Amino acid sequence: MSPLLDALLDLGPQLAEHVLLCAAAVALGIAVALPLAVWASRSPSVARVALGFASLVQTIPALALLALFFPILLAARGVFGEDLPTLGFLPAWLALALYALLPILRNAVTALANLDDELIEAADGLGMTGWQKLRLVEAPLAAPYVMAGIRTASVWTIGAATLATTIGQRSLGDPIFAGLQTQNWVLVLAGCFASAGLALVADALFGLVERGFAKRRPALVIAGAVLALAGIAGAAVSLIDWRGETRETVVIGAKSFSEQYILARAIGSVLEDAGFAVEYREGLGSAVVHNAVASSAIDISVDYTGTLWTNQLERTDNPGREAMYEEIVRWEEENTGALVLGRLGFENAYGLAVTQETAQQYGLATIADLAGVAPQLTIGGDPEWFERPEWIGVRDAYGLRFGEQRTYSPTFMYNALTSGEADVISAYTSDGRIAAENLIVLSDPREALPSYDAIVIVSPRMASDEALVETLQPLLGAVDVDTMRQANYAVDRDEDKWLPQRAGEWLLEQIGL
Amino acid sequence: MGSAPPAFLRFEALGKTYDDVTAVSDVSLGIAQGEFVALVGASGSGKSTLLKCINRLVEPTSGRVLLDGEDVLAGPAAPLRRRIGYVFQGIGLFPHMSVGENIALTPRLEGQSLPDARAAELLELVELDPAMASRMPAELSGGQRQRVGVARALAGDSHLLLMDEPFGALDPITRGQLGERVRRLHEELGLTTLMVTHDMAEALLLATRVLVMDAGQIVADETPEALLSGAGGDVAQALVEVPREQARRLAGIGG
Repeated sequence: MSPLLDALLDLGPQLAEHVLLCAAAVALGIAVALPLAVWASRSPSVARVALGFASLVQTIPALALLALFFPILLAARGVFGEDLPTLGFLPAWLALALYALLPILRNAVTALANLDDELIEAADGLGMTGWQKLRLVEAPLAAPYVMAGIRTASVWTIGAATLATTIGQRSLGDPIFAGLQTQNWVLVLAGCFASAGLALVADALFGLVERGFAKRRPALVIAGAVLALAGIAGAAVSLIDWRGETRETVVIGAKSFSEQYILARAIGSVLEDAGFAVEYREGLGSAVVHNAVASSAIDISVDYTGTLWTNQLERTDNPGREAMYEEIVRWEEENTGALVLGRLGFENAYGLAVTQETAQQYGLATIADLAGVAPQLTIGGDPEWFERPEWIGVRDAYGLRFGEQRTYSPTFMYNALTSGEADVISAYTSDGRIAAENLIVLSDPREALPSYDAIVIVSPRMASDEALVETLQPLLGAVDVDTMRQANYAVDRDEDKWLPQRAGEWLLEQIGL
Repeated sequence: MGSAPPAFLRFEALGKTYDDVTAVSDVSLGIAQGEFVALVGASGSGKSTLLKCINRLVEPTSGRVLLDGEDVLAGPAAPLRRRIGYVFQGIGLFPHMSVGENIALTPRLEGQSLPDARAAELLELVELDPAMASRMPAELSGGQRQRVGVARALAGDSHLLLMDEPFGALDPITRGQLGERVRRLHEELGLTTLMVTHDMAEALLLATRVLVMDAGQIVADETPEALLSGAGGDVAQALVEVPREQARRLAGIGG
């Protein structure tokens, strides 16, 4: 069986949730847009305001709109209480419904405004009340155009809903984001095929309904509507858990890069072996993950001390590896109630990497060794590296003055190093390509670079679950940086790519689990 | 003018202005039951506006309209309009409803259904095949459509029939036939009919009373016979002169 077909067949639950999310969003869009359109057809100023607002919403990128609902719902907790979900279905539903609003509203308003004046006069002249005119004349005559708007909205929504993955709602975006980050194009294609196929099906069914309205053939309308409803019902039924299990599911989050996918799967496998029901929320925005685990929208995440230090504790000093870790554990406990379970054992930090040959030629083992020879060397970094406090810190601590400084996109940085265009590059210390290219990461004796210890965080909801804490203990301190690099490389490399699940299981084998 | 107090339909100092344009100015007159009144005048003379004040498609800015002694503005508009048959200039059949459904609309608005036999009878009144009830308006000719329009206006059993340039879009032969048919229905059903037209010949042939309008005012209120014998003043006579002149020229060609 082809890998693409395999990947497609694995997408059942994602497809079902995608269908339900889009159906709910378009339904809400219709429920808001149609009454608004009727009101707008009775009042030009309402039409202006409503269409202006919907157009404005449309100019917001879908990704940003989805992300914005996190803080909005967080603020809404003040009114609706702490149980209001801030991630997952609710924000995705609201954002997509807002997005679906414009095409429906615009078509409905335009259709109502352009109805034949003579027919409207005839409706009035025969003695129709406002409601009778709407029901008997305006609605049936506008129906084909309104349906065209609903059709457009559905196709847009199905496309935009793939972005719901980033705020923790399972969708057909899952394989797309996972595939993009791990450069697994089969997964990306599978996600694209599935969502494009779904969009085509929706387009065809609603096209049938639209034609039925336009040609006044109720059979077409009913056929299209029944098929669409059957699809939605099928999706809902497929998601019902027939095993009738009542135990709570542990939700594991992952940011959108390979290491996060692999660790999420490794942690998930360990929990499943111990009898836990596990669900994944992968491809979450980096900023979303911490908020998600702190608010128990997800239960387990892997984060990095340096990231939390800067972004959550908002600190700029560097107290050293141990002190930073201790401080973060204390801060989480006091501020979010989340439990820092412990360190996995490796760091995904910023480092400076050189080839074996360069290291031998100049006798390099530490960054301190670089200082003397730097003027003869070229350093390469990704576009943001030379602006980052990490670079400024390490440059000043060791007095590094390189002969030349060049910028590369992350993908080409390693090529630049191996081809000799650059002698030293900035690197992530757990990057798989370090192992693959046999590079040397220079050590940092003055601790100028902040540490980025990988740590496991458990949500406040699950923090007191002793069985869970117990099950995850063996992972702590067990993953060394070399094993992590190899696992990352198995997923990142161009040939014989592994899925994160397989790399995660391999990782567990390496540490004897 | 206005000498018979118990009029079926009365205009009292009726006026309608749009911003600074006066469409109808100070019209007072009464119309008795059974009259067939033609409202004639050039485009923009205010004849359609005056007609629409009766069923409130236009709301007057001054004065009032009394129907059976009651101000038409007294109650809600919808029930009033259902009591008044209305034939539209643009015919106004609903394209998404069959001929039968179009005809049955007025009873349906009242929450009643129109028996098939009654629909067939109405179609026969306007000289259409009752089998046409199941056809869609788009399948009919212009003349057939306006016949359906007349049938629809009669379906509410109203005694007042308003027609706004009802035959304007029809070819001359259809126009003549349908005009004659409406005139006979007017008599058979005991209707009171007001018809707006810009065609003086049509008015003279069909109506029992002709109102000539100019710049929002009634400038002549005469019987066809009186108009033809020179009454009604300059504006009215100029309009009467048009068909007369045509007839003379036709006779000249023939002779």
